[in-house]
Amino acid sequence: MDFLRPTTWAEALAAKADRPEAVPIQGGTDVMVELNFDLHRPAALLDLNRVAELAEWTCEEDGRLRVGAGVPYVRLIAELGNRLPGLAQAARTVGSPQIRNRGTVGGNLGAASPAGDSHPPLLAGDAVIEVESAARGVRMIPAAEFYLGVKRSALEPDELIRAFRMSPATGPQYFSKVGTRNAMVIAVCSFAIALHPVERRVGTGIGSAAPTPRRALAAEEFLAAELDWDARLDPAVLARFGELAAAAASPIDDVRGTADYRRHAIGVMARRTLTWAWNEFRSGHFERRAG
Amino acid sequence: MRVTFTVNGRRETADDVWEGESLLYVLRERMGLPGSKNACEQGECGSCTVYLDGTPVCACLVAAGQAEGREVRTVEGLADGDRLDPVQEAFVECGAVQCGFCTPGLVVQAHDLIERVAQPSDAEIREALAGNLCRCTGYEKILDAVRLAAARKAAAS
Repeated sequence: MDFLRPTTWAEALAAKADRPEAVPIQGGTDVMVELNFDLHRPAALLDLNRVAELAEWTCEEDGRLRVGAGVPYVRLIAELGNRLPGLAQAARTVGSPQIRNRGTVGGNLGAASPAGDSHPPLLAGDAVIEVESAARGVRMIPAAEFYLGVKRSALEPDELIRAFRMSPATGPQYFSKVGTRNAMVIAVCSFAIALHPVERRVGTGIGSAAPTPRRALAAEEFLAAELDWDARLDPAVLARFGELAAAAASPIDDVRGTADYRRHAIGVMARRTLTWAWNEFRSGHFERRAG
Repeated sequence: MRVTFTVNGRRETADDVWEGESLLYVLRERMGLPGSKNACEQGECGSCTVYLDGTPVCACLVAAGQAEGREVRTVEGLADGDRLDPVQEAFVECGAVQCGFCTPGLVVQAHDLIERVAQPSDAEIREALAGNLCRCTGYEKILDAVRLAAARKAAAS
């Protein structure tokens, strides 16, 4: 096995072009487990810890945030919690403090597990994943097009994840996750919601209840058509939203839970998160906090 | 490969390190520092918690090569010679130790907490220690120890 240690982004891209089979490693949360248990023995590890650019985030001219793939969850929570509240809530549920000190959204994307906690809020918040290769340059992939299958993504073998881009929240965002404890839990299933009041629409993300993280598109379209943004939440609309969210899931039975349970829980979390978000929106708290 | 980094203030080198090896393995098996414990090897138990450049991490989830040139502080590096760190003293006094296997990880993690938060609430202590599993004590005496260490540290400063 080789251990590749680029110190700049250009070096990292050159190394990945030269050795497309190399496995990138950042916080090690997933990669090291595979090595420790000898589940996978890659020909090379590509350590990205030394690529300083990856650990930075910036506010772009278009107003969106560009968050480097190497920014750990602990910094995402502390530095961007106000602007990306849904993602920060999800980040708080990742593993333990030790894991959050090193784990990254970039690593979550690289692993592309359907249970990754970052994915639902990235979907609900219309995140775009910035990937790059030495040969073809930068590609911008909307989160909804990034996840292709269980632990499979749109990332090509010679590409690395550079950053994700996401607009600061313009409305309340919430994340909910079912697990056996309040810490150290791989999601049984999870749900994220983001209100986009300017566009009068609601974004969603379903986790761990389908082969990939996915949006509940029919549920989003239903809300875009039926939600009265100047009124209290209609219980019938809320109930139908939950049904459509549950119908968007295609879960399996596994050691963490049954398909039936997951489908039910997605419906419950969809109703809960919409209720939380709506109450915050109607109370005016969000505008005051953001303002 | 050769890996060189600073451990508890001393420059250490290990040779013939396998590229897929963890920092934990290097510390325990190559540098003679068995304080950090090897249990789950998947970041679930916190027994291998060490400081890496001042941040607590699971040493089992750090590739040895990622530690190159960096600063590692293990539980062995908390005491000042024969004088225990206040967190270690508090663990002894409160009876926060039974079999002792989880203790090094808890001590490092608690040490970091009271460095960052002078007077942590119970909720903050529980949150900070959520990734450190103890199967003996039921945690109550561990919480007592962290409260005691934090109170003494606050009183001393």
